[in-house]
Amino acid sequence: MAALFSKKNQEAFSSPFLKNNPVTVQVLGICSALAVTNKLEPAIVMGLSVTVIVAMANVIISLIRKTIPNRIRIIIQLVVVAALVTMVSEVLKAFAYDVSVQLSVYIGLIITNCILMGRLEAFAMQNGPWASFLDGIGNGLGYALILIIVAFFRELFGSGTLLNYPVMEKLGLYEIGYINNGLMLMAPMAFFLIACIIWVQRAKDKSLQE
Amino acid sequence: MEHFISLFVRSIFVDNMVFAFFLGMCSYLAVSKSVKTAIGLGIAVTFVQLITLPVNYLLQTKVLGPDAIVAGVDLSFLAFILFIAVIAGIVQLVEMIVERFSPALYASLGIFLPLIAVNCAIMGGSLFMQQRIAMDASNSQAILSFWDSVAFALGSGLGWALAIILFAAVREKMEYSIVPKPLRGLGIAFITVGLMALAFMCFSGIKM
Repeated sequence: MAALFSKKNQEAFSSPFLKNNPVTVQVLGICSALAVTNKLEPAIVMGLSVTVIVAMANVIISLIRKTIPNRIRIIIQLVVVAALVTMVSEVLKAFAYDVSVQLSVYIGLIITNCILMGRLEAFAMQNGPWASFLDGIGNGLGYALILIIVAFFRELFGSGTLLNYPVMEKLGLYEIGYINNGLMLMAPMAFFLIACIIWVQRAKDKSLQE
Repeated sequence: MEHFISLFVRSIFVDNMVFAFFLGMCSYLAVSKSVKTAIGLGIAVTFVQLITLPVNYLLQTKVLGPDAIVAGVDLSFLAFILFIAVIAGIVQLVEMIVERFSPALYASLGIFLPLIAVNCAIMGGSLFMQQRIAMDASNSQAILSFWDSVAFALGSGLGWALAIILFAAVREKMEYSIVPKPLRGLGIAFITVGLMALAFMCFSGIKM
């Protein structure tokens, strides 16, 4: 039991949250982090989908890592990931149709999400299944964390709601002249918000500064 | 013809892959430190997009779409696996052909080609194409024929190339400016892309 939660495994799980965050430090998976953060609900679904897919892909690749010929490993990784993404996409269409419409092509784009290829190449090809599983869960949740922070601010200030609950209206802010900031829902604000997160993180942790 | 030109111009400026859909951001941020490499990657992406997107269009309409092979069978759930296989296969093929017939081009593009297989702009282009086939003919984004898919491929590839070359030029100049320490590198890059996206938003009113 102690071996299952050794120091190295704990590290693999916990470092992606802050110190080695996939979005703000490793610069992976930015595309979807920006595109699905208009609203909180699709952001949470996207974060969870990526977590499940990274963890499962990590385990599968780590199990067959010794039999994969080096030259065609990218194609093998892509096929494993594409099969997993197809399954997740079909499940979403069946059980959460509205969200899957909002996410549109970005569910399919998890295949080319750099977090997957990055973790498969950097971790799963060298480590055992259990450590790879923890690494996948950690990186997926680290990614989801950034998505949720960005989506929280964009939905709250952009449309005045949280998970479609009209927060600003209940607080009575519209009566005293408060107006939603429509710019928050546009593409550029996503860039600025991520920049702010990076700014705060690097101001706290000087070792990350360039 | 009018639809063809409108689709081409729209996909460069209005529906720009980077500024409107955030696609291909990983290599966009990583390979934009000098204009020369940015041009190389931009050309390589346009080239691969121009080959893979029409191939995927034929695949979608002749094989995967509803009633395409057997009446009453819709295979479009297989699109993810087939599209990525086509892209990875074609990238490999292009790499081999370029290496064999044009060593000079290979020397300048070679290192970028493997990167492109996992560039979301390529996969995203094919997935958008799949959505746009189903659109109404009056919609200016609809892809109605094989040549429309070529126009969309060329436009979206050139739009991506334009975005990365412009950004690399700005980034080269930024080397000389004084940026607050925590924002240096990645942070200021994001802010710059955000400002460029704001500028590109002014194209969105264009109708043809």
